[in-house]
Amino acid sequence: MPFDAVILARLQFALTISFHILFPTLTIGLALFLVILEALWLRTGQAVYLTLYRFWVKIFALSFGMGVVSGVVLSYEFGTNFARFSEVTGNILGPLLGYEVLTAFFLEASFLGVMLFGMQRVPPRLHFAATCIVSIGTMISAFWILAASSWMHTPAGYRLVDGIFHVESWPAVIFNPSFFYRFPHMLMASFLTTSLVVAGVSAWHLQRIQSAALARPAFAIATLALAILAPLQIVMGDLHGLQVQRHQPMKIAAMEGLWETTAGAPLLVFAWPDMAAERNHFEIAIPKLASLILQHDPEGTVLGLKEVAPADRPLVPLVFFSFRIMVGLGFWFLFLGGLGLLLRWRGTLYSNRPYALLCMASAPLGFVATLAGWIVTETGRQPWIVQGLMRTSEAVSAVPARAILTTLSLFFAVYGTLLVAYLYYLSKLIRQGPDAAATQPAHDEPTRTAWM
Amino acid sequence: MDASFWIPLIWAGVLCLGLMLYVILDGFDLGIGILFPWGRTDEERDLMMNSIAPHWDGNETWLVLAGGGLFAAFPKAYGLLMTALYIPILFMLFALVFRGVAFEFRFKAERSRGVWDVAFNLGSVMAAFFQGTVLGAFIQGFQVTDGKFTGNVMDWLTPFSLMTGFALVCGYALLGACWLALKTEGALQRWAFHAGQVLMFVVLAWIAMVSLATPLMSAEVAARWFSLPNLFWLMPVPILTIVVGWMLWRALRRQSPWAPFVLTITLFALGAFGLAVSLWPYTVPRVFTLWETAAPPASQGFLLVGAVALLPLILGYTAYNYWVFRGKVHPGAGYH
Repeated sequence: MPFDAVILARLQFALTISFHILFPTLTIGLALFLVILEALWLRTGQAVYLTLYRFWVKIFALSFGMGVVSGVVLSYEFGTNFARFSEVTGNILGPLLGYEVLTAFFLEASFLGVMLFGMQRVPPRLHFAATCIVSIGTMISAFWILAASSWMHTPAGYRLVDGIFHVESWPAVIFNPSFFYRFPHMLMASFLTTSLVVAGVSAWHLQRIQSAALARPAFAIATLALAILAPLQIVMGDLHGLQVQRHQPMKIAAMEGLWETTAGAPLLVFAWPDMAAERNHFEIAIPKLASLILQHDPEGTVLGLKEVAPADRPLVPLVFFSFRIMVGLGFWFLFLGGLGLLLRWRGTLYSNRPYALLCMASAPLGFVATLAGWIVTETGRQPWIVQGLMRTSEAVSAVPARAILTTLSLFFAVYGTLLVAYLYYLSKLIRQGPDAAATQPAHDEPTRTAWM
Repeated sequence: MDASFWIPLIWAGVLCLGLMLYVILDGFDLGIGILFPWGRTDEERDLMMNSIAPHWDGNETWLVLAGGGLFAAFPKAYGLLMTALYIPILFMLFALVFRGVAFEFRFKAERSRGVWDVAFNLGSVMAAFFQGTVLGAFIQGFQVTDGKFTGNVMDWLTPFSLMTGFALVCGYALLGACWLALKTEGALQRWAFHAGQVLMFVVLAWIAMVSLATPLMSAEVAARWFSLPNLFWLMPVPILTIVVGWMLWRALRRQSPWAPFVLTITLFALGAFGLAVSLWPYTVPRVFTLWETAAPPASQGFLLVGAVALLPLILGYTAYNYWVFRGKVHPGAGYH
């Protein structure tokens, strides 16, 4: 039953990569936040920044560990579940992942040791350098993996020989047409998600006497980042959408729920796409707005799903609803960032309780938006694994369905357990909060050896 | 003798080196996990774990390099091997997940600490065991028709692969004991030297059994070792193994801190050399050579430039990481 094996392999990959991406999304942003905190500490010498660093580095370490263990799985899963894909695209994607290991993974792993355990063993500036290197490492890693992912959406710089991809031009492969949109979009998603987590956790710490003063700088940085990043991300998303329209018009059609090619296409606020009937139910539409956004012309023509055969269309409802979740949350973050600016101007940022509650409630929403965005882009590419060139159904390994079912069930059990444990220890760390008493400037401690 | 000959050969060398580094580096830290239940007190177990806490992530990255490197340089072999080894590879990954998170979770847990002790121990044992079975299954070879794996999903499980699985658990435990002897003092160190002596004999016995079983299984391997003049050239390998074993025993007896670790690594290197002799030049044993599965020079060459430029740098800062955390590990030595 090849159909079952394909679905199961896809489910397993979707589960493992969705689980994995939660942690890098947080750690890319947190690493940069830690760089900011340590720089402020070195600059001002104010102990509060070191206290905050020591608190957030624990959350960083916990999350980074989860990212590492779930990431190792992925480096083998290309082969275990998508062997055919590995053979066909290995000449192109293999070296990109190889460069990710060589330029990022080793860098992060080695300096993470210094960052987490080395504060008493190396001088402060060297420790700061380690934090910076880890932060840069997380972004280099994102660079390569997004180059690889983007290539699957907008393949370039290749030629096909006997059904195998060969490289014509590495710059064209790496800097493929969607890379410059996807890479900043994901980096900003990561920074936004982190801002929301830091703002939410700090908002909670603001309500407690013992941690209120300590939480202020973190809350100020996070809400300011939110106010700057949220509008930028919306602009970035709009530019990304224009690019998708050029290269993957059926993904746009699914995002918009548009069946017929239409001049002056409406924007659907809500609808229930019906793939069998090739139409929507319960439409709530704003006339001409989709054309205006996508073509910058209210009468512009947007291609509909009926341009291609039903077998060549993605799973429309999934793309359609995920897109609305992502965009809706994007505007919610814009509102939250703007409100923060307003309160800052009024001087009530730290004392406004409803705003603190909104921030707490919004803490996990960055992850929801990021996952929704990845679902839009990845399922929107279906039925292709390499847009227009290789179908996902042709990509899987010759592993029997029951073997995949076994490992898929185990992944559910293992990752479920891990997520519960992670959230439990995370909440424990957050409850403990930043600890001013534990903050001795590290370089004054007697354990420091003389040669340094 | 052009690029399409040399570049795959260099890549095979780089990957063998990476895999060897993985086995040594993650070998000793998986070994600590295997020996974990013998840590008598919570404090001893803290020490054991702290001796590897700053290093394990970097050590495991060599496994990612092996996977990523195989995907990049020999994509055909990567696809075929991962299909054939689906079950042991995924079980190894599950095991690595559990032992990896234990580093973070254990120090944050209070009542549930025992759970993560067990996760760390079982995860380490199972990861080592499945790596050993992967090696055994690889030595035995796979059923391939028209360039595709046509065997059964459980073909990897044989008496021989079980044997290599147990052998690797013992081998990693020996590496772990030597690392512990190097990094600790007092009672724990004395115990590590004793454990090392016992494990050493077990490991030498496993090496002997695997070395005998391999040529018995394959006429090609037997011919390579026992025909003249090969026999003459390869004779030093088993002789050196015996000599190193004897030196290791002496070093463990006189409780020298560095010598056992270095000698155990030498033992592993000799074993790896022996395997390389038996398996050369295949990426899928006795089916595909490394040249038949190589990515074209445009792909291999592109990544090779990076590997040649960056691997010395990586080795450099890995060495720096070990230098920062050199010396004995002490109780309460600051987590974070």
